[in-house]
Amino acid sequence: MLIMPVAVIVGYSLTSSDGIWSHLASTVLGTYVKNSLWLMAGVAVGTTLLGVTGAWLVAMCEFPGRKIFEWALLLPLAMPAYIIAYTYTGMLDTSGPVQSWLRDIGGWQYGEYWFPAIRSLGGAIIMLSLVLYPYVYLLTRAAFVGQSICVLDVSRTLGSGPWRSFFKVALPLARPAIAAGLALALMETLADYGTVKYYGVSTFTTGIFRTWYGLDSLAGAAQLASVLLGFVILVIVLERLSRRRMRYHATSQRHQAIRRHSLRGRHRVLAVLFCLTTVTLGFLLPAGQLLSWAIQTAAETINPGFFKLIVNSVGLAATAAVLASVLALWFGYQRRTSNTPTVRLAGNLIGMGYAIPGMVIAVGVIIPLAWFDNTLDQWLRTQFNFSTGLLLSGTVVALILAYTVRFLAVALQSVDAGLQKITPAMDEAAQLHGYSNLQTLRRVHIPLLKGSLLTAVLLVFVDVLKELPATLILRPFNFNTLAVRAFELASDERLADSATAALTIVLAGIVPVILLSRSITLSRHERTA
Amino acid sequence: MSKPLPMTALLIAAASLLSACKPAEQPQGAEQSESTDRSEPVELSQSREVNLYSARQESLIKPLLDRFTAETGVKVNLVTGRADALLQRLQSEGDNSPADLLLTVDAGRLHRAVEAGVTQPFDSATLSDVIPASYREPEGHWYGLSFRARPIMYAKDRVQPGELSTYQNLADQNWHNRICIRSSGNIYNQSLVASKLAADGEAVTEAWARGLVQNFARPPAGGDRDQIKAVAAGECDIAVANSYYLAGMLRSDDPEQVTAAQQVAVFWPNQNGRGTHVNVSGIALTRSAKNRDNAIKLVEFLVSPESQAWYAEKNGEYPIRENIPVSDILASWGTFKADAINLSELGKNNAAAVKLMDRAGWQ
Repeated sequence: MLIMPVAVIVGYSLTSSDGIWSHLASTVLGTYVKNSLWLMAGVAVGTTLLGVTGAWLVAMCEFPGRKIFEWALLLPLAMPAYIIAYTYTGMLDTSGPVQSWLRDIGGWQYGEYWFPAIRSLGGAIIMLSLVLYPYVYLLTRAAFVGQSICVLDVSRTLGSGPWRSFFKVALPLARPAIAAGLALALMETLADYGTVKYYGVSTFTTGIFRTWYGLDSLAGAAQLASVLLGFVILVIVLERLSRRRMRYHATSQRHQAIRRHSLRGRHRVLAVLFCLTTVTLGFLLPAGQLLSWAIQTAAETINPGFFKLIVNSVGLAATAAVLASVLALWFGYQRRTSNTPTVRLAGNLIGMGYAIPGMVIAVGVIIPLAWFDNTLDQWLRTQFNFSTGLLLSGTVVALILAYTVRFLAVALQSVDAGLQKITPAMDEAAQLHGYSNLQTLRRVHIPLLKGSLLTAVLLVFVDVLKELPATLILRPFNFNTLAVRAFELASDERLADSATAALTIVLAGIVPVILLSRSITLSRHERTA
Repeated sequence: MSKPLPMTALLIAAASLLSACKPAEQPQGAEQSESTDRSEPVELSQSREVNLYSARQESLIKPLLDRFTAETGVKVNLVTGRADALLQRLQSEGDNSPADLLLTVDAGRLHRAVEAGVTQPFDSATLSDVIPASYREPEGHWYGLSFRARPIMYAKDRVQPGELSTYQNLADQNWHNRICIRSSGNIYNQSLVASKLAADGEAVTEAWARGLVQNFARPPAGGDRDQIKAVAAGECDIAVANSYYLAGMLRSDDPEQVTAAQQVAVFWPNQNGRGTHVNVSGIALTRSAKNRDNAIKLVEFLVSPESQAWYAEKNGEYPIRENIPVSDILASWGTFKADAINLSELGKNNAAAVKLMDRAGWQ
């Protein structure tokens, strides 16, 4: 059921696409590949720099405002990428207030001064890095917090300075977490359509849609999507292989309270500046712009129908979040207990949905669901002269299925990261106690995984809240969400009108983000207590 | 025991059940004889609704639908989304699809729906009377509801209207580094190129596209309003954009947009030739339509003088029906000659247009 949408896409790609490839290869394919690779490289550097630095500062150092930044650094997670792109463009474009002001004070005309083009590959990299670094930050920080302080103490005792300990011990130990966070950020980058399209950057994903819409070739589009999928699998397998022989379990569950390194002087100022700038650029500035637009238009945009949007969005997000997390736990656990190639392959395939653009997933959901409905209907008609019509298509079930397929990877990554830290010795001990697998899961793993599971639920919740393309096409009649409302108005180039819905997405996303941060801090306290 | 009241309740229950699980469709004759027995409850449940898949976003269509419901008592159920995805949904759902109508904002997609076999033709004297022949499918597979033009917009202070003439002229070296236009991924540009392909053939159109790309002031990015803003800011001198975007900016609550829009003027190209490129928003009856009568009633309502005036005023589009006053802003741009090409041609040429733009390096 969960592999189905991906399988449909791959299956579709086996149909003929009438020489689309030779056309693409001789014209635009090179640009797509080049731009996508640059975009990924840029976002990888950006999210790692912001995410790992932030995580280290907050987890290991002491400086003014640390406790606030601990959760504030997560806030950009609530900001959909296309919305941050719209707001920054509104501010920094040639006709925006910043450049207009520059022209006014300098008495310049356009072209007489230099200003970086916001709508460019570089702009897209910055926008995506600003909203995606929290994935790296979140998982890395949890890893730093969870690392046995003893290991670091040993390294410090052996004479390494704080920097050396960081690079030689803490960073390599956090590698699975960084890789997991980075994988999420990059998969989302590859699947991004809204931002790159708005910035006029032709990537592989814009190519998929161009092939489908413009060249009217769903087969060609499916082939491109399959190539994208293959690429992601390759990268993930390579990363796994490269750390195949390493194990990252902590041998001891005993932890001492982290003695944070107190920063002084210049370092202290730099730490505060770094965190403040990141939060400002990733959240405060765009949210402020949204707020000012929302106030302008609130009288028209807030009506009884608006609250219905909130209910719909939150309801969908909560359902999908719980479902995805339960499934992730089940899969993660399967992988731990029976590590057969089939289970591994299934696990890898299931996690792939995240790299596929939502609209493509939606098509992968529409086709099999409609087929199922129509086949059932046909059968019942011939057998009982009774018609069910479309049972699942165009219902909330289709939406939930799409969300689960698309965001299972997010849940799986955090559950896996949690499972990895539990040493197999625990499983063995439980088995010696005569526990069955299920009992081990219930009595040993779930209590230890509580934090990771909560992370999974909250991440999927926020992601579904922001999800647009699949929602747009799969939803039932007369059913709207916040993201749909925000997008429809923004795509009509009515940014100010879309701000209330956009801001509500952000606000609804902040609550779980703060909960998330508290749970990580608390998990530390619990264990040290 | 059976008193009248429970009997009525039973009937209502049966009716609602029937509406949920329709009787299997038999070959025409059988269905006729069978459905006569229960025609009343079925009719009752059917006549209250019509289901619409709309590529036009909710805020631009819902007010009209609400008015339709208020006048006729027929409820309109709406899903909005991208045209290609809605079309895919319609195709996959097949004969069981709940959709009665498919509304798109360009003729190319309507053509695609006809090709995919998900539409059915229908006749309506009301519609053929008021909609000009080039704005509807010859067999009645789809009907235009409103139209929009894609003229040239120029900076009043830097360009003399006399320098402008045709779309072809935009490839002239004179415009080097002076033109803003959005990306070729956009359907409006694809339709524009498709119309030129139909008029001038592939070789001329490709050479033109190459020349045009040479004249871009910047790599294409953003939407039509962004191109207009860029002209106002001085980044380029002319832009090609849809008429209703400029109208929308002029009526905007945002003073910056108004100021920007006031710095540009509209030029109608190709007035001595085929006319300015236009496209329609239009509607088709689906093959699976279960509420056919209501669906046609809704289409007729959408071209009524009242609805057409609303389109013109609120959306800044041109009414499909003649003799409807356009908004003051549109009126200030004057009248123009529109390209009379049958709009189905745009759909037929769309893929060729996209490939051509790929070859020309139009991002």
